[in-house]
Amino acid sequence: MNKLKVTLAVTGLNNTDNPGPGVPVIRSLRESEDFDLTVIGLAYETLEPGIYMDNIVDKVYQVPYPSEGSGDLIKRLEYIHEREKIDVLIPNFDAELYTFMKSSARLHEMGIKTFLPTIEQFEERHKSELPAFGKKYGVSVPKSKSVLKHSDIEKIRDDFEFPVMVKGKFYDAYLAYNEEQVRMHYNKISAKWGLPVIIQEFIKGTEVNVVALGDGKGNTIGAVPMRKQYITDKGKAWGGITLDNKEMLDLTHKIIRSTNWRGGMELELIKTSKNELYVIEINPRIPAWVYLAVGAGQNLPEALVKLALGEEVKPFDKYQIGRMFVRYSYDLMIDLKDFEKLSTTGKL
Amino acid sequence: MKLKKNIAVSESGFVFDPNSGDSFSMNPFGAEILNLLKQEKDFDKIHDTMTKKYDVPPGEFDKYFLDFIQTLKQFNLIENDD
Repeated sequence: MNKLKVTLAVTGLNNTDNPGPGVPVIRSLRESEDFDLTVIGLAYETLEPGIYMDNIVDKVYQVPYPSEGSGDLIKRLEYIHEREKIDVLIPNFDAELYTFMKSSARLHEMGIKTFLPTIEQFEERHKSELPAFGKKYGVSVPKSKSVLKHSDIEKIRDDFEFPVMVKGKFYDAYLAYNEEQVRMHYNKISAKWGLPVIIQEFIKGTEVNVVALGDGKGNTIGAVPMRKQYITDKGKAWGGITLDNKEMLDLTHKIIRSTNWRGGMELELIKTSKNELYVIEINPRIPAWVYLAVGAGQNLPEALVKLALGEEVKPFDKYQIGRMFVRYSYDLMIDLKDFEKLSTTGKL
Repeated sequence: MKLKKNIAVSESGFVFDPNSGDSFSMNPFGAEILNLLKQEKDFDKIHDTMTKKYDVPPGEFDKYFLDFIQTLKQFNLIENDD
């Protein structure tokens, strides 16, 4: 069978202890029997490991952070597209998604295809909007409140019992046992990710996750539930195992069906001792542990690219239960010339 | 007293609950009882099998068996009675 030639641009090459999904997304697509891939890595930093790993990217371009202005990022993408003729773009950071969704018309004009949630879908699942989301779609969520200024912190005790979770709008989450700890985390998070900072009710239980893909018409193309077995101090999965959990899958189908979710999604859930499931976060993209789904039989990144290309994709109906992953760290040796080239020319 | 039906018990005594992702290691005696529970044997049958096969006073077996079942309940490996 002839493989379809596809030039793919991917961000999130930061395969660190707080990994972006870029490397596992590319690894999944490299295993596709349907695509002959050329991968263009888009890197924000020159030391993102995915830049230098074997058989990951074919070329790399440095791109400006979206916080420097979405115009600069899109302009840079136009420059790269003129040279590389990108077919499909898979952005992998929450913080950049808004820029790419907002520029979807421009990307479409350029001939770059994406498969992203709509702005409405993206906005309504924000951590700060979670209570309204839970009410609208009939799912259990923890009580949450956005904090925009220091003086709001003292009012927390009126609405919450300690401990509470203190979360950034995109990343970071800390448990706080008193007001003083809330202030400390508020300062740290707001300096890094801006405002609001979200205070969330602490739900006691086991954290479980689902990686899923919605086709934008209410259908779930694939979904794999997982439990983190080894969690880093940043709360990231260092090891995990696929589960046979009907309730988690039913909840995922319900959310995708009722929101007509388009694109990749990670549901972060807490399962209480009474087996109740609380949605604590909905990440609007493929998570960094997506390769576990691929290893269990659902190549969701491949399905996402097919959807972006306008192909019909049949939903997956099974996956291997009890499939495990464990991450590792490894010292890559890098040629100084490569580092020099990327640092000085922005391209490798 | 029924073991949840999707619980996997290997010959080595490794137990995996695919619903929660929990896994446990049993000694051969525990694994044998778990396998009897998986075959839906009742207490009398398990009692009979184990006390005939091993040199254990019947009263003592009952005590250890009930402790073991309590542990299985605690780890959510047993179906609810209701």
